[in-house]
Amino acid sequence: MISKLSHVSIFVLSQDSAYNFYVNTLGFKVHTDAPMGPGMRWLTVCPPEQPDLEISLMAIAEGMMFDKESAKQMRDLVSKGTFGFGVFECNNLLATYEELKAKGVKFTKEPTKEFYGFEALFVDDSGNWFSLGEKEKKS
Amino acid sequence: MAKERFPKIYLYRRIVLAKLFIDNHFADNIDLSGIAGEASFSAFHFIRLFKITYGKTPHQYLTWVRIENAKLLLKTGIPVADVCYSVGFDSVSSFTGLFKRFATMTPSVYQQQHARRKKELTSTPLKFVPNCFAESILGSSQQK
Repeated sequence: MISKLSHVSIFVLSQDSAYNFYVNTLGFKVHTDAPMGPGMRWLTVCPPEQPDLEISLMAIAEGMMFDKESAKQMRDLVSKGTFGFGVFECNNLLATYEELKAKGVKFTKEPTKEFYGFEALFVDDSGNWFSLGEKEKKS
Repeated sequence: MAKERFPKIYLYRRIVLAKLFIDNHFADNIDLSGIAGEASFSAFHFIRLFKITYGKTPHQYLTWVRIENAKLLLKTGIPVADVCYSVGFDSVSSFTGLFKRFATMTPSVYQQQHARRKKELTSTPLKFVPNCFAESILGSSQQK
């Protein structure tokens, strides 16, 4: 029986820039940052309240997972915002939205009450987009 | 515009500015009642709204930010006393007590643990990478 998700990958155009976005802007914690030989770096981060879920910020580059052509195709697709990678949760959407906007994060949807919940959409520094929802408050 | 749909968003804007001020000036001798004034709130209203938004009072949040930043500095090997003063505490014993409360270990034990992990990361980096990825890293480095 599968018990949990431990690692997930987000494909990024630059690991340095992604480090800055996920750590310094979103406030994620660095879990592992290790050079793995020439041109390779294993970089994982965790959402602040989820230390056992490692998000691997995988550079789209020829080598580890991609050949030259696939890397180019993948870079193009990521840059133009093809991929929605997931849903993040926060305790207060309006406050989080205001904070991230003040830090320069690009939102493609402002906080909106939808039938399924309260959400906004933002884009990371590579072009990956995410939903940001508010945790349902216990009454 | 969010402003039109959420008329009280200006309150969050002010609370967020106060939070960002703490994030950027945690190492200074911050006057939290001054922040309330800057944000145009009474101290009581400010503390109440801050706690509703972030789950902590401004003072608790400031302590938490200092401890989180202390963790980052400890990982770089800076001596505990220097870390204590660098993040805004003025007594090593109160820093150690607070650190232990938040991190469930003393700053020096935390530092030793991370020094060991750093050493391991350098000597056996693939140990920290899941199998399938480790194999493709190995395969890729053998091709180079």
